[in-house]
Amino acid sequence: MTALIGPDDIPYLPRGVRLQGDRVRGIRVLQAPERALQLDQIGEAILSELDGARSLDRIVRDLAARYNAPVEQIGGDVRDFLTGLIERRMVFLKDAA
Amino acid sequence: MKDQQHQPRDLDGNPVTPGLPMAMLAEVTHRCPLACPYCSNPVDLVRAAKEISADDWGRVFRQAADLGVLQVHISGGEPGARKDLAQIVGHARDAGLYVNLITSGIGITRDRLIELDRAGVDHVQLSLQGIRPDMADRISGHPGSWDKKMAFSDWVTEIGFPLTINAVVHRQNMDRLPDMVDLAERLGARRIEVATVQFHGWADRNRGALMPTREQAEFARQVVNAARIRLRGRMVIDYVPADHHAIYPKACMGGWGSTGLNVGPDGTVLPCHAAQTIDWMRFENVQDRSLSDIWHLSDSFNAFRGTAWMPEPCRGCDRKSVDFGGCRCQAMALAGDARATDPVCSKSPLHAGVVARAEEDAAATTTEFIYRRMSKGG
Repeated sequence: MTALIGPDDIPYLPRGVRLQGDRVRGIRVLQAPERALQLDQIGEAILSELDGARSLDRIVRDLAARYNAPVEQIGGDVRDFLTGLIERRMVFLKDAA
Repeated sequence: MKDQQHQPRDLDGNPVTPGLPMAMLAEVTHRCPLACPYCSNPVDLVRAAKEISADDWGRVFRQAADLGVLQVHISGGEPGARKDLAQIVGHARDAGLYVNLITSGIGITRDRLIELDRAGVDHVQLSLQGIRPDMADRISGHPGSWDKKMAFSDWVTEIGFPLTINAVVHRQNMDRLPDMVDLAERLGARRIEVATVQFHGWADRNRGALMPTREQAEFARQVVNAARIRLRGRMVIDYVPADHHAIYPKACMGGWGSTGLNVGPDGTVLPCHAAQTIDWMRFENVQDRSLSDIWHLSDSFNAFRGTAWMPEPCRGCDRKSVDFGGCRCQAMALAGDARATDPVCSKSPLHAGVVARAEEDAAATTTEFIYRRMSKGG
């Protein structure tokens, strides 16, 4: 199956998708059309990086530096997580300007 | 409140543990310019004079958010039939809810849609009854509906809302499903919901005109599977299959009283939109009791929670926590007993009869509809 995201793609949350606190359950959720996804700490950490400016490659390097973890491992986790959300149309991509 | 110390119990008195709801369907009116013969509203429709006010809805939304609800689906009838829809939407957003607007697209002008954008609608779901004017207008019973829907879809795109197309499929339009998927793609939809008619209420009166054939159900499954691969990353396809042709029933509502609730135009709170077909069950109203009390303590919500109430063959079935015995309303309609195993399940003793009747209905040659209408007077 072809990859849905490459290192230079800039992932972002499109209109109608947003990170939100769930004050009743004490977690963060991703609100999207007719879906609310409960996030664990890893998911929340990844989605908090989507600023619409940095590429996948930059995000992975920044996360690897912050959590002092190997780029290859972080890269795999981030790509898999974002691919799942791209398939569900909850994350969009744009090309580097 | 001393009420809260009461142990919630199912209809047999077994203790149950309510979870927290995620989503609420707010049917703010039953009024609708369309007359679709499979409408999911009850046959006994609520009149405008009985509708609760926008401020009442505001109170319900705040109670819902406090209870754990994250999303509200504002629907009807046609929600645009309420002049104060933008106010209702604003109250939902103020309560912190994600707002899905579920509409026919009829009766909401471009100016009103802009107003609804400002009020905080997050996402628009637009229903389509066919892929061409003649079919769409005939099924909806509303001449000119197609043109209005196409204009509405343009405004949705112009404003920038995420769009879901909702396509209810049945014998008379299922063969055109590939065209419907293409149309949704052309309209720029992020999602399409392909939902086979559920035979409750109005649809049950139209079984002979709507029941798909087994071949059609299989064709639809193949179309959906192929389109999911082709459209991966471009459009999501949610699919509700024809359960009269399935081996196991659908996990209706993800389990009774587990994650969702429905509030009707007059404030009646239901575990699912068809629950009033269970004629012996009594439902409570947000005008009399808080949503939290109704969710946690009412007999209606607790009746079928958990699995202890289940009869055989559900009780001993390893799928009892997968599909929860299927749909209670369908059990009521087909078995005459809301607690029976959903008769569409292949393990139900009534299954053979259900299949035989579905095949008989599917072989019927009628294309005439009994349209959804409010009864006269009353």
